[in-house]
Amino acid sequence: MCLAIPGKIIGKDGQTGQIDFGGLIRTARLDLLPEAAVGDVILVHAGFGIQTVDLSVEPEIAERLGKAGVR
Amino acid sequence: MTPSQSTCRTVPARNDPVEYARGVLDEIRWRSEEICDRTGRDAVQVMEVCGTHTMSFAQSGLRAMLPRTVRLLSGPGCPVCVTTAADVDRAVWFARRPDVTLVTFGDMLKVPGSRGSLSDARAAGADVRLAYSPADTLDLARLRPDREFVFLGVGFETTAPLVAATVLAAEREGIRNFSVFPLFKLVPPALRAILSRRDHHIDGLILPGHVSAIIGLEPYRFVAGEFGVPGVIAGFEPFDLLEGLLMLIRMRYAGSAAIKIQYTRGVPAEGNPAALRLLREFFQPAGAVWRAVGPIPDSGLAFRPEFEAFDAVSRFPGMPTADAPEPRGCLCGAILMGRALPADCPLFGKSCTPVSAVGPCMVSSEGACAAAYKYGWTEPGIWKKKQPAGCGS
Repeated sequence: MCLAIPGKIIGKDGQTGQIDFGGLIRTARLDLLPEAAVGDVILVHAGFGIQTVDLSVEPEIAERLGKAGVR
Repeated sequence: MTPSQSTCRTVPARNDPVEYARGVLDEIRWRSEEICDRTGRDAVQVMEVCGTHTMSFAQSGLRAMLPRTVRLLSGPGCPVCVTTAADVDRAVWFARRPDVTLVTFGDMLKVPGSRGSLSDARAAGADVRLAYSPADTLDLARLRPDREFVFLGVGFETTAPLVAATVLAAEREGIRNFSVFPLFKLVPPALRAILSRRDHHIDGLILPGHVSAIIGLEPYRFVAGEFGVPGVIAGFEPFDLLEGLLMLIRMRYAGSAAIKIQYTRGVPAEGNPAALRLLREFFQPAGAVWRAVGPIPDSGLAFRPEFEAFDAVSRFPGMPTADAPEPRGCLCGAILMGRALPADCPLFGKSCTPVSAVGPCMVSSEGACAAAYKYGWTEPGIWKKKQPAGCGS
């Protein structure tokens, strides 16, 4: 149930973000990530961003996430 | 037992994933074999607390690849599984009110109460709607100000802040026909309940990744500090699980216990402070009853008095308080506490299957029994088997 999917913020309007899940665009609430900005990769759970993904800590995972569709 | 490859004593970069996975598995094997040799145990027992981890281990094939000296136990980390039959009955009570639309995540629809599920209630005419997000409830409430919309608040720390954010939005917008039936549960108190049993056989915990994305590392310190059990917060990719398991086995091998983060890309040590602030603003800890486990102090969340207007229980007086019996013969409680495997249950695969589930662990798609049934676990059972004390005890 605690599933969260990584996606990239491609647009932000107030507390609502346009999120690119590897080509599928969905909106998500960003209330819990006040500092999230366009270009950030975030974890989305039940329509809300819950955490920013820090890709710098694991470059090789970033590479695999890239292959899985997060650009 | 000596390692077949000395190079696998350190985790190499994952440039060659196949070679890397082989190395990690090999190290897990020889270290766990040595631990068992030292302790006289037949396996190092690791609890994967989270239902999504249970599914990831099975789905990826990793479960079948692990050596016999590592045994995975499922924990209480599936919110659907731990919602009691009595609470399902209460949700059905809300749904049957003619003035109420009950909004729920799809996972909860088929969970049986003592007199049927929400799905049954819907078939009988109750207004039950499925939502992807708690915020969807506000969209419905805006369209029909003449109806009451009750969101079924099931979930752990991952989900509760989303509901708090939705309540905040409702408050700011002045939406008055929205409320929440709060059934949230907290993971650390459940871990304390499991580890407080003197006869637990848990040598390490794979801690839930997305609960931890909210709460961070701190709330788990007692696991290592008080109980001497190591824990690793792991991600959900196969490599995350392998690495998490190796980190645990290494600690157990060295006789050390700490809480570590494997899922560093998604879990900062401090968690999500904004979400935690929101959680504290709207909710306070309260006792909660876990299905097939029983009451655990401070393991649930109740609305703070100043937000009572959003509490469906206060808004609609008369909610039934009667308890509901758990199905006879069902071993879900023991399975959720790491004391039995699905195959130990006399109902498993016989009267209890995904099509006609008896216990909550079979109902939820992330339940241990549903995963065992779908992926055909063949491990021998552990229930009632006489075992020496756990490696760490």
